[in-house]
Amino acid sequence: MKASKKHPNFLSKLRSISKKELSGDSTFKIISMLVACNVFVVLGLMFYEIIQNSLLSIQMYGAEFLLGTKWQPFPPNPNILPSFGALPLIWGTLVTSAIALVLGVPVSLGIGLALSEFAPKSFNYIISFFIELLAAIPSVIYGLWGIFVLIPFLQANVYPYLQGALGFLPIFQGTIRGPSILTGGIVLAIMIIPTVSAISRDVFAAVPNSQREAIVALGATRWEKARIVMSYGRSGVIGAIMLGLGRAMGETMAITMVIGNSFNLFGSLFEPGSTLASIIANEFTEASSPPVYVSALMEVGLILFALAIVVNALARLIIWRSTRKIKEAGMV
Amino acid sequence: MNYKIVAISEGIVLIGLIVGFSIYSLYFTSQPIRLSGAGATFPAPLIQKWSAEFKDMTGAQINYEGIGSGGGVKQFTDKTVDFGASDPPMKDSEFSTARGTLHIPITIGGVVPIYNIQGISKGLNFSGQVLADIFSLNITRWNDPRLAALNLGTALPDTEIVVCHRSDSSGTTNVFTSFLSDESAAWKATYGASNVINWPSQTVGGKGNPGVAAAVQQNQNSIGYVELSYALQSDIPYGKVQNTAGRFVEPTIETLAAAASAVSLILPPGNASWASVGSYFNLHNVEEPNDAYPITSFSYALVYRELNVRPGMTLDKAKTLTWFLWWAIHDGQHYAPGLSYVPLPQTVVTHNEATLRMISFNGQQVNNWA
Repeated sequence: MKASKKHPNFLSKLRSISKKELSGDSTFKIISMLVACNVFVVLGLMFYEIIQNSLLSIQMYGAEFLLGTKWQPFPPNPNILPSFGALPLIWGTLVTSAIALVLGVPVSLGIGLALSEFAPKSFNYIISFFIELLAAIPSVIYGLWGIFVLIPFLQANVYPYLQGALGFLPIFQGTIRGPSILTGGIVLAIMIIPTVSAISRDVFAAVPNSQREAIVALGATRWEKARIVMSYGRSGVIGAIMLGLGRAMGETMAITMVIGNSFNLFGSLFEPGSTLASIIANEFTEASSPPVYVSALMEVGLILFALAIVVNALARLIIWRSTRKIKEAGMV
Repeated sequence: MNYKIVAISEGIVLIGLIVGFSIYSLYFTSQPIRLSGAGATFPAPLIQKWSAEFKDMTGAQINYEGIGSGGGVKQFTDKTVDFGASDPPMKDSEFSTARGTLHIPITIGGVVPIYNIQGISKGLNFSGQVLADIFSLNITRWNDPRLAALNLGTALPDTEIVVCHRSDSSGTTNVFTSFLSDESAAWKATYGASNVINWPSQTVGGKGNPGVAAAVQQNQNSIGYVELSYALQSDIPYGKVQNTAGRFVEPTIETLAAAASAVSLILPPGNASWASVGSYFNLHNVEEPNDAYPITSFSYALVYRELNVRPGMTLDKAKTLTWFLWWAIHDGQHYAPGLSYVPLPQTVVTHNEATLRMISFNGQQVNNWA
């Protein structure tokens, strides 16, 4: 009864909306634009602050910072300058991320394909739920699990056999250490799986069914169908991988706990190492003096920032090129 | 209309929250006396235990933040806290900036070598020189003759030593490397003594005491160093270290206390610079008792002799702070062994009593109950 009374009332009100009230639209537009522009402001301020704070170390060390291999904030003799060389950190970051991709991406793509192409719906729900759960685990938990579960397991059951089988390769030689580059890479691989598999699942699910129907109609097997789906969603998959790579490079807490934290230009994956993020986690808290020490750690952050930009730019480039190819192919 | 009602009621709720919160904070914060401290992480569990007990006893609330010794000295110098805490004593440069600082040892720490060698339990003998050689990778195998000479009768394996150390900036590293620097000229020239060391590249770094302990436990034939309290609480084998009397001393609460007793003979007055005491007790100039553990150090509370330099200080607060410190070095010490801390020996307590009697507020002695 009341509703029917209200209804005409409401309609008449709707008709009588004045221009003044409509100006709320433009206000909302301006506000949401301002919020969106915040991204530039935040990114710009961060970039400015990091550069500003690392200026001292850039001026003092220059290119030596990128190529040096010695990290000694407090030299034994007070007359010597502190040494800061970030090459082992860059090396450690690149290698652990590469291991993470090599181990993590095939598994993630497998999960994505299984969920979008093969699995029954009920199974799909369960697996998706657990993948999202994996993504929600804090990285310090991954680190603790790495120290207390994964490292003892790998040391007892995997590394000795790995060295036995592939010990002729220099990267698997030397004393086996629990906390090492390889362990760090394995933990990172597990950490990027949720990200990469969730996005690739969505990408594969977005492939139009006409594609599948067409290839099946041509007599393709399931594997061939999966290949078509993968190549159709290539740009999305590359985007997913790059997001995973971004996570792997920036990961801090877990990697600090399992990588061995040695300032080491390693040759073997069983050696300990450090990454750009782990040295900041280890040393920033108490780096109050000398000022160049803080500045050097800031410059490490700057390098990480630059690496992230390069990776993202590369990802955009690859996506852009592959979509252009698809478009060209479509036009022909 | 509806929007207006929503907006008005939101406003009322917001104002109500602000008013309510201010009344709440005024009411609850103005009642008890609140004091703040910041500094070393090593004594933090003990200080927090003290402040809980002290609150039950007096109602005064003492907040302590374990932010690291460096940060503690900085906040104390900036006078943003009522007291600081630091593992090493202030350097001369720091002491001259923070005029009128009193050093009050509140507990004792020690750094012990831990190891993991199959079939060998605790009690391996180490000397400072040998430890320096191991941590600089001059000794790389457990059956090295220099190590074997200290451990006659123990069959050390012919395996590579995995060296583990702290990866984070740490006072424990500082104490340990100060000892190594005094024992080995080569160590001093190459690595020196500081919170962060440029370790040889093949060594393994762990974050915090638990990180080092985990690295040692998970790598066969490894060696590392941790705080004594941490070694006592976990069951990792730890070694004996040779002191200046030539004895190999097992680190225990008693042997650390013995080292503190020995150093108490040469402690400077509370209002002087304590830089000479160093990161650890260098007992080369004292006749060291046979049972003193050589890598031992104090952890200090830092207060100003004249408390009115701290903004917001009142006579009541000054009395409470002095009482808290007085209580901590007397009755508070009973809580130490339960938390694996070493209680202060009587000689150090007596030394501290004289220091605490120096504290004044507006020129008037605060501590007038003892």
